[in-house]
Amino acid sequence: MSTPILSLRGVNKSFGPVHVLRDVDFDVHAGKVTALVGDNGAGKSTLIKCIAGIYTPDHGDFLFEGNKVEINGPRDATSLGIEIVYQDLALCDNLDIVHNMFLGREKKRGSVLDEIAMESLARKTLDGLSVRTVKSIRQTVASLSGGQRQTVAIARAVLWNSKIVILDEPTAALGVAQTEQVLNLVRRLADNGLAVVLISHNLNDVFEVADNIAALYLGQMAAQVDKNEVIPRQVIELITTGKSAGVESAGAKK
Amino acid sequence: MSSSEMTETAMLKGAMHDYWSRIKAGDIGSLPAVLGLIVLCIVFGSMSSVFLTPGNFANLLTQAAAVIVIAMGLVFVLLLGEIDLSAGYTAGVTGAVLVILITNHNVPWYLALIAAIFVGVVLGFGLGSLVARLGIPSFVVTLAAFLAFQGILLLLAGEGGTIRVEDKTILAVENSNLTPTLSWIFFIGVSVIYVLVGLNRINSRRKAGLKSELINLWVLKTVGLLGVTGLAVFALNVERSNNPDLVSLKGIPYVVPVILLILVIGTFVLSRTAFGRHIYAVGGNAEAARRAGINVKRIRVTAFMICSGLSAIAGMIFASRQNSVSPTTGGSSTLLYAVGAAVIGGTSLFGGKGKMRDAILGGLVVAVIDNGMGLLGYAAGIKFIVTGLVLLISAGVDAVSRKGASV
Repeated sequence: MSTPILSLRGVNKSFGPVHVLRDVDFDVHAGKVTALVGDNGAGKSTLIKCIAGIYTPDHGDFLFEGNKVEINGPRDATSLGIEIVYQDLALCDNLDIVHNMFLGREKKRGSVLDEIAMESLARKTLDGLSVRTVKSIRQTVASLSGGQRQTVAIARAVLWNSKIVILDEPTAALGVAQTEQVLNLVRRLADNGLAVVLISHNLNDVFEVADNIAALYLGQMAAQVDKNEVIPRQVIELITTGKSAGVESAGAKK
Repeated sequence: MSSSEMTETAMLKGAMHDYWSRIKAGDIGSLPAVLGLIVLCIVFGSMSSVFLTPGNFANLLTQAAAVIVIAMGLVFVLLLGEIDLSAGYTAGVTGAVLVILITNHNVPWYLALIAAIFVGVVLGFGLGSLVARLGIPSFVVTLAAFLAFQGILLLLAGEGGTIRVEDKTILAVENSNLTPTLSWIFFIGVSVIYVLVGLNRINSRRKAGLKSELINLWVLKTVGLLGVTGLAVFALNVERSNNPDLVSLKGIPYVVPVILLILVIGTFVLSRTAFGRHIYAVGGNAEAARRAGINVKRIRVTAFMICSGLSAIAGMIFASRQNSVSPTTGGSSTLLYAVGAAVIGGTSLFGGKGKMRDAILGGLVVAVIDNGMGLLGYAAGIKFIVTGLVLLISAGVDAVSRKGASV
């Protein structure tokens, strides 16, 4: 496999006496969907917050496109092209789709908002993701369905020439049809060459779109394997016990 | 019928349909205020022979002016889902500062006005900081300030109780008018700019290949707006003095351009700058705004500073209207009328929804009720009850439409 766009090596993070992440190795590849699975409290959220710069790891290395980098804050992550789509969508209901997509990073001419540039770019991004379900991009987010909102949140993340998009349980609150719609979008992101990290509790979703599955167990990386090498039962074993017959555990490689 | 006309009709239908679905979704905006204004004018006009006279119309504008300006400031705070209950007495305190500087210290009016606005902004900075940095609910902070500012005003007004102002410029704001010729020039100038800005907007959107407002609809709205305001200018240019030989009263009161200037600047800030966009974002979902990298605390503090700064301009209008500042300036029903004006105009008490023009439309509704019922000889008590009911109904409409939108 090619060089990962992002590699974490030996990442540790403690909160006081609680050792949340222990020597975690994690690889993310461009053009692939990497699923990050694990039970509640396994450290998934902490891991992605370290990647997003919200937490600073106690020690461990970040390699971005093969080069060692420091991520000391959200801005560092953003400037590397890492975007997170949070579980509770960070959208403003009272603003329209364009405003939400550019929130906090508005395009301006002088001190005046450049609505035309923003609307054109928003349109182009949504078209690029083959989003056809949104009628008008000037409607407020309040009028959108759950799947459409998730779409807007994801489109916002890819607007900034981002290279890595991290999705935190994007289908958790969605119905069947909308889940399908979002999973298709996730697949398209990867097919467009982005590296996608998908956090999910739903193994059906994971096996449907992921290329690569990383399982965290009690703060340790139980294994990161190709989807085709495992079956769902083995992934469940990795999540619940940290090991599974026939799967080389991450620790064993060292 | 040609095919292009067919699509035009279809697009018009589509636009009507969009508007109707927006109304159904709870986004009713200023519609109730406009309808209410029309109904009230018809009712009072048919019941009182004085109500629809040019003299009363000019009177109504000058009566409403201070409340409208406070309401325009409140829009910024209400957009965040906060409230400033002290805005009325902020106007009183800053009005007192203005008048004391002019009358007691012979400071030129413009320097005194700058000083008064500065005092307002500082007061707003204090209120905003307590709300945003200490996290005290704005309701409590500004309720405390309501009492404290009343106290400051009492101390400033001192033993005599009232401080007179004799500066010609300050008095002219509420008591003098543009000459009829200047009134028309002003109207035509503003109209031309309005039309050019609108056309430019539609044109540049079309050029960029984006969906733009239907030109027919825009022409209809613009002609309607300019027609009504043109009629208002015409009415104001009629001689309204009982004794024209002694003193002539005609033209647009000076306070109207003052309000229009605040409206234009405020609307520009709210709808065309990143700061304005961030105010809406914080009001809609503060957490989302924070995650988008917006400095939520700074936005909050700034909104309170703008609100109190505009209250200072309202303070000047009060001083001009009363020829003085007294311990009751900005007190009594002022604040509730101002909050009522913003809410009746369509600004939501829950934050995230509202416009500068809401303050003007709602302020006119409040003033029309006050003025019309006064002319019909109702007691002040009845006026308060009716205004209170109208405010309650508007807040009810706001709450219900919000529910409708969230389903």
